[in-house]
Amino acid sequence: MEWDWNFVWQIMPTLLEGLKITILATALGAALAAVIGLVFAILRMTAPKPLARATSFVVEFIRGTPLLVQLYFIFYVLPDIGIRLPALLAGVIGLGLHYGTYAAEVYRAGIENVPRGQWEAAKATNLTGRQTWIHVILPQALPPMIPALANYLIAMFKETPLLSAITVLELMNQAKSVANSSYRYIEPMTLVGVFFLIMSLISVVFLRFLEERYARVEER
Amino acid sequence: MAAPIIRIDSITKRYGPLTVLDGLSMEVLPGEKLALIGPSGSGKTTILRILMTLETISGGHIEVDGEQLYHMPRNGGLVPADERYLHRMREKIGMVFQHFNLFPHKCVLDNVTLAPMLTKGVAKAEAEKRAMELLDMVGMADKAKSMPAQLSGGQKQRVAIARALALSPKIMLFDEVTSALDPELVEEVLNVMRKLAAETDMTMLLVTHEMGFAHDFADRVLFFDRGKIVEEGKPDDIFRHPRQERTQTFLRKILAAGHRL
Repeated sequence: MEWDWNFVWQIMPTLLEGLKITILATALGAALAAVIGLVFAILRMTAPKPLARATSFVVEFIRGTPLLVQLYFIFYVLPDIGIRLPALLAGVIGLGLHYGTYAAEVYRAGIENVPRGQWEAAKATNLTGRQTWIHVILPQALPPMIPALANYLIAMFKETPLLSAITVLELMNQAKSVANSSYRYIEPMTLVGVFFLIMSLISVVFLRFLEERYARVEER
Repeated sequence: MAAPIIRIDSITKRYGPLTVLDGLSMEVLPGEKLALIGPSGSGKTTILRILMTLETISGGHIEVDGEQLYHMPRNGGLVPADERYLHRMREKIGMVFQHFNLFPHKCVLDNVTLAPMLTKGVAKAEAEKRAMELLDMVGMADKAKSMPAQLSGGQKQRVAIARALALSPKIMLFDEVTSALDPELVEEVLNVMRKLAAETDMTMLLVTHEMGFAHDFADRVLFFDRGKIVEEGKPDDIFRHPRQERTQTFLRKILAAGHRL
């Protein structure tokens, strides 16, 4: 089978459509994961025991089951109890929940790395619990976490093809459909790989930049 | 005689099986400068931490400035204080720590202005004006824009003193504030405290191993051992003529270790 540039240009618009959805799903999923992770982490660390335990259980449950199963559940099982979600939204929730549990671990480690003296100084200067989190603890805990969080972002990006399983028209799904209708796989699948590679390489460069930048902050 | 500003009534502090404070009672008069000395583990730092509400107590009562610290009145009786009540009580008290605990992500000026702006709603301009006065007093005005990591230990501690003063507490607690400093930096911090003692009528409680400073600074010295006050009195009496054997032993050891009197 020969590489056909004409076919490449013919399917390019469709694949770029898919790439847009892939990037959108990654961005929304990451934003959701960042928020959910923080909620999980703070609940586990500060909530009353029963709630903290329940949170731990949920986190372990989500981490211990495959993302693909969770996506099927959200998209195909939830409608049975009347919750019908658009495919993209279901995908974003799946990604956000799944990676939120990983983010929670990163947050927890980052928060625990803030010395106890900082909590005590906040109390001694009479800050409220909320003010302590916002003005003292999180500003110190978050920057060192950024490289680890960015790592999960890249991992999440590479897992978005799973969303094709629940009919999201992301890059992989578009590639599959042009391949299935033309019986040519080499161009679409090569392009998918190339797109992912380019995006990952850009992310890695960005990640190195973050690591250097925040490594310096820690020395400050 | 004025009513005590701090009245500690037979408090007990236990960590599991370990009893750190055992039915301890003491009173502090308004404006009094008190030095708490004694071997490590004797409970003197725990007293300060309890007064700052960084610890809980296992028993007893504490009154600060005429109000219960760990209990609030309700239906004619006393119940354990809730967070809001504690928040209001903490306004009366400031603390300086052995390890400074400056906020490392904020510059010197912001370290001092943060709490007044957040807890008292002081406007930024006004908070900064007051902060600069305090930084000037501790000799750190020219470092207002520096980050804590750029400062020496002595400079950090002087900023920490300014930060605590910014909230205008009635009572200041100093927990071994020179113990983490290189010897040549101790004096600059002690000088600030001397100035503070001379210029304000704040009540000050000082936990220290600097016996010479405690002697000059304090109106009264309390010697702690194993969670109890073994001996108390005027600095001259405690340091020159200790009556209790445990006080004598402690002072002999600490003087032999090279501390000046």
